[in-house]
Amino acid sequence: MIQFERVSKRYEEGHDALREISLEIARDDLVFLTGHSGAGKSTLLRLIMLMDRPTRGKVRIDGRDLATIGSRGIPAHRRNIGVVFQNHQLLFDRSVFDNVALPLVIAGYDQREIGRRVRAALDKVGLLARERALPITLSGGEQQRVGIARAVVGRPRILLADEPTGNLDPALSAEIMALFEAFNQVGVTVLIASHDLALISRLQHRIITLRDGQLVGGAA
Amino acid sequence: MAANPGQRREGASASRARLGDRYRAWRDHHSLSAADSLRRVLDNPASSILTWLVIGIAMALPAALGIALDNARAVSGSWDSPAQISLFLKADIDEQQAQDLRLTLADRGDVGSAQLVPRDAALAEFAELSGFADVVASLDDNPLPHLVLVEPASGVDPAVLREAFAALPEVDQAVLDMAWVQRLNNIMELSRRLVLALGGVLVLGVVLILGNTIRLAIESRREEIVIVKLVGGSNAFVRRPFLYTGLWYGVGGGLFAALLVLVALLFLDGPVSRLASLYQSGFELQGIGLIGSLQLILLGGLLGLAGAWLAVSRHLGAIEPR
Repeated sequence: MIQFERVSKRYEEGHDALREISLEIARDDLVFLTGHSGAGKSTLLRLIMLMDRPTRGKVRIDGRDLATIGSRGIPAHRRNIGVVFQNHQLLFDRSVFDNVALPLVIAGYDQREIGRRVRAALDKVGLLARERALPITLSGGEQQRVGIARAVVGRPRILLADEPTGNLDPALSAEIMALFEAFNQVGVTVLIASHDLALISRLQHRIITLRDGQLVGGAA
Repeated sequence: MAANPGQRREGASASRARLGDRYRAWRDHHSLSAADSLRRVLDNPASSILTWLVIGIAMALPAALGIALDNARAVSGSWDSPAQISLFLKADIDEQQAQDLRLTLADRGDVGSAQLVPRDAALAEFAELSGFADVVASLDDNPLPHLVLVEPASGVDPAVLREAFAALPEVDQAVLDMAWVQRLNNIMELSRRLVLALGGVLVLGVVLILGNTIRLAIESRREEIVIVKLVGGSNAFVRRPFLYTGLWYGVGGGLFAALLVLVALLFLDGPVSRLASLYQSGFELQGIGLIGSLQLILLGGLLGLAGAWLAVSRHLGAIEPR
């Protein structure tokens, strides 16, 4: 589903964020991406999201070389990928419902379908009762679950998460990880960047480790 | 949440909406953006009214000057045949011959009217108006010729007519008294161009003001733009609400401009009609009218869109997820 072929990324200031990374993540897999901060986890996710382009090498998603996607094709590409951020990236002037509905509004679903899907997604993350609430009134864990609901509401085939449990206590973190596992079980390919080794090593999934932009484990 | 294979397939195929739905959604997003932008504009009445006023004043100024010019043209157009040809007859033509010539000329199709000023009457008038009555009285002889004043019929080129009259045997000199008409026309043309230039400058100003207003709106919603782009919002999707914001500012500004012109005209209407009645003129101040008002509002809307485009094309592209 996700393939990296000898991918390097050098930023303009000369910093090598990724060096010769080759890896493959199979369809329906759940994979953790770990390493110190600055090891290249975020860069790897950014390449998949087309927020950046690799300096060398190829990234393929579902067999498609991302280099063939021009800037006009980026929005459509991103609609097929759900993303969860550490800082949630919610719109604080809109209700939980409107936040989760955003990808569907962008993709052009009609109102009824949007209502149905948003409630289904909120139900999955256990926030159906809070759909009218403003994000600011929610706890950190709840905000993160809104972010997850928004990431999955469009039923993407790939779900990326960048430090999704970064600000949460261990119990909440475990809850969030359980959610990702549940989505993985219905056929979503999940890639989670996390440095919470204690947590992710308890979960029985493949772990890819980066150090200074190089792959040191889990390439398989 | 059950993990069944059927749901899995749907998950993969249903992530794209159908074309018809997409069209409806596109339309829905337009009305949603329009309503949302209007709400945002109305939610800040103080700053919105200020923006509307600035745009309104900038648009009202050239509009009002244009209307003043139209009115001036209407006034000058109502003056009868501005051109007049003075025919100074030869000294050996007596008054009877002059009278005959006047009649012949008055019968011509290209002549509106012809009037004889006999030399004695001319001298008397000169004596009275110049204050040289004593000097005139001391003259042995009247040095003035008979004069026929001819007004060309409407649509006739007075210059051509002057040529024809100059060739008449009775006529010594044919003078076309057009300098003041040309002067007036030149002044009108100059004013028209000044108004156009002023209008152009102010229109540019309006576009820049709106561009700046939209730029601030973009800045204040930077985070939202980033998020929308991250979840797959196209540039058109991100652009839309800002274009509508520009439209609303422009339309509101046009409305204010029309109101300002209307108020100014009401303010001037009384004095103008009193002045006109003093000159026994039925002149009435021409207003901006419904069509003119709508044109102003439409123009405002277009300028708003232009300003928004300017801001959006310059600043939106720079906001990318980091």
